[in-house]
Amino acid sequence: MLYQREVLDTPEWWQSLDQFIARQKAEHPQSVQTALIPVLHYVQDRFGYIPEKAINHVAQSLGVPTSYVCGVASFYSYFSLEPRGAYTVSVCLGTACFVRGAQAVLDEICRQLNVRPGETTEDGIFTVSDSARCLGACGQAPVMMVDEDVHARVRPQDVADILAEYTAKARAEMAEARATAEA
Amino acid sequence: MDAIQTVRATDRLAEIREQASPHVSLQPDRTQLLIGIATCANAAKARETLSAVQQALQTQGLADDVDLIQVGCVGRCSLEPLLEVRAPGEAPRMYINVTAERASQIVAQDVGGGKPITDWLIDEGKRPEGELEPDTAEAGAINHFIRDWQHVNFFARQLRIALRNVGRIDPEHIDDYIALGGYEALARVLDEMSPEDVIEIVSDSKLRGRGGAGFPTGLKWKFTREADGDPKYVICNADEGDPGAFMDRSALEGDPHSVLEAMAIAGFAIGAQQGYVYVRAEYPLAIKRLEKAIEQARELGILGQNVLGTDFSFDIDLRLGAGAFVCGEETALIASIEGKRGMPRPRPPYPSESGLWGKPTCINNVETLANIPPIILNGAEWYAGIGTEGSKGTKVFALAGNVENTGLIEVPMGITLREIIFEIGGGVPDGLEFKAAQTGGPSGGCLSAKYLDTPIDYDSLREAGAIMGSGGLIVMDSNSCMVDIARFFLTFTQDESCGRCTPCREGTKRMLEILERITQGKGEERDFERLQRLCDVASRSSLCGLGQTAANPVLSTMRHFEDEYRAHIEEHRCPAHLCRALLHYQIDPERCVGCGLCKRVCPVHCIVGDPREPHVITEEVCTACGACFDACKFDAVLRT
Repeated sequence: MLYQREVLDTPEWWQSLDQFIARQKAEHPQSVQTALIPVLHYVQDRFGYIPEKAINHVAQSLGVPTSYVCGVASFYSYFSLEPRGAYTVSVCLGTACFVRGAQAVLDEICRQLNVRPGETTEDGIFTVSDSARCLGACGQAPVMMVDEDVHARVRPQDVADILAEYTAKARAEMAEARATAEA
Repeated sequence: MDAIQTVRATDRLAEIREQASPHVSLQPDRTQLLIGIATCANAAKARETLSAVQQALQTQGLADDVDLIQVGCVGRCSLEPLLEVRAPGEAPRMYINVTAERASQIVAQDVGGGKPITDWLIDEGKRPEGELEPDTAEAGAINHFIRDWQHVNFFARQLRIALRNVGRIDPEHIDDYIALGGYEALARVLDEMSPEDVIEIVSDSKLRGRGGAGFPTGLKWKFTREADGDPKYVICNADEGDPGAFMDRSALEGDPHSVLEAMAIAGFAIGAQQGYVYVRAEYPLAIKRLEKAIEQARELGILGQNVLGTDFSFDIDLRLGAGAFVCGEETALIASIEGKRGMPRPRPPYPSESGLWGKPTCINNVETLANIPPIILNGAEWYAGIGTEGSKGTKVFALAGNVENTGLIEVPMGITLREIIFEIGGGVPDGLEFKAAQTGGPSGGCLSAKYLDTPIDYDSLREAGAIMGSGGLIVMDSNSCMVDIARFFLTFTQDESCGRCTPCREGTKRMLEILERITQGKGEERDFERLQRLCDVASRSSLCGLGQTAANPVLSTMRHFEDEYRAHIEEHRCPAHLCRALLHYQIDPERCVGCGLCKRVCPVHCIVGDPREPHVITEEVCTACGACFDACKFDAVLRT
């Protein structure tokens, strides 16, 4: 999450990353690059995106060019090279959701947050995903996700309430994080 | 060589079964509550229901007398959360739309008080009990679930083989799987069969790959067995990327062991000791349950060194995808596991000769694998007796879109679209008309009403211009615009094209541009010909299945719905009133009473008018969103 980034960037975590890389390399000594995708998942799970620092670090640890790591990280839509908001909002644009009006829901979200898909709001609370893929909850179409929470059968008029819920949550968390940081 | 005392696998399994303590019982001596917890159910807030049930059981003092079991999804998604009550000596009851509030009442009145709340029970399409169709009788023989629910239309026409355990067992508890005959096929294979015997059974069953292409599974196993190279690998392709398809998710979330067992059988048959499940990162619950299942199987000695005490060793690891649709293609999937960009390469050589790290590799889809244990146990003849001449067995379909009963169904091959959509699916909601059914996702096509009575199998769908695909089946009503649907799929394939080969990279982009133009009313007569030519080139010269099939949604809609294309191009009109650029809204001053409702709902504030006076839409500002049209109670907003 955006406002926690400094808190997450600890020496202990980088050590744990090195251990993770070592374990992955040991599993496939014949081709160490096999470790790359699991390692990128590990990094993104922590920061919500893949920071440049991590790309360089991973490339060195695995002994592959930085360009190679960038190439792989940018190929897969699940990995983000840009920092993301506290919450990632996505609307499933699978076929079932599409025929049940998901586009109108996405349009409404973008209108309310004043961003385009792929962008992050100025306050850093929401990133609207531009690469949401079918979630497999087609029976509940159309669905929207805020991080891992799935909201079923969303209509454009429901969007405001859903977003408000997370805005409040994020504000509270930010205030708390700030208070902890100051203390 | 050391004299290793090998044990008979069936004996070892029997020991395990004796010590097992399954949660689920088919003839329970205690009351059991089964609640579906899966991605679809969670979207319907099933977790809240679960805690409400737990709490209600506590308050009622029933927690020690009643088993609360979390199962996978029984497939009736739009009625979730679902709660099934099974009490000794009583017919099972299924409660639908069980909100947290309803849950407490159900526990109090039904479970505690013995008075079922009949208004909340599933009752759609109820047929008289005791009247059993021949198909259902057969289904009941292997599937207790269908037998219990044969009086409900949605379930009665189904035959569950791959999904036999989904919704019946606790997927996080291996003992449940074992109690219902799990790992028996593996044990029998290890004790009684040679790898060649196994391949023969799978070949004779005529099982074809359920991932889309329909390649004979037995043949794939045979090729991998005969290929030179060591070690060999088994891969389960769980990179279910087709939008609108969720059968693999449901199978993995509801019954992960079926897939693991089948992978071990495949490993024995082809001579592999290591398997990988390549699963989408978008399926966190499936990943969690697979991890748990693998761990439990290892603990019992069913996976790992010396499987079930025999000299066969086999282990399975997970590999997560990272959001690239093209990785469902087998060579791209292999590249992804190897830590590369997931790009396909030309075949041959096929993975059966040169796959993962250049070694012979057998890649099977989740649903294909889930069929293997029942085939081993019941024999090839039994399986080959189900379905049609060229397509044997059953197929799982994810039924979604504009259909009353959305959900997951498993039906015998050869069933018609009409039976699926109108009998199982309950027809199109809101009194609208059926317009098209889309099968096969972005690689498939749209079928019009005239194909409703075509039996569904690999070959007849291909003839009709669609494909079986992995099993997504999206129903569209008269409000769907077929040109827009083609555009939608091209947006997807264009975005997911990996960019390696020109016909796919450029072809999908150009096709998309033309379709966008048409939906904006800027289409030209020559666009038909241009699309046709692009489709032809992309299908014939693309490197992999993604590009080769990307044109199918365009070709099939042009073939079956030419009049809609013509209306867009020649009359600048969208017959389904969906393409916004072609829509105009006006207010009929005769009908408008000036209530102001339209003015309030308009998101761009383009409606003006004094109270009780006819209102007017400012067309220059109007975004044609249709909010006023939906809101007006006097039909005064006109859409043209």
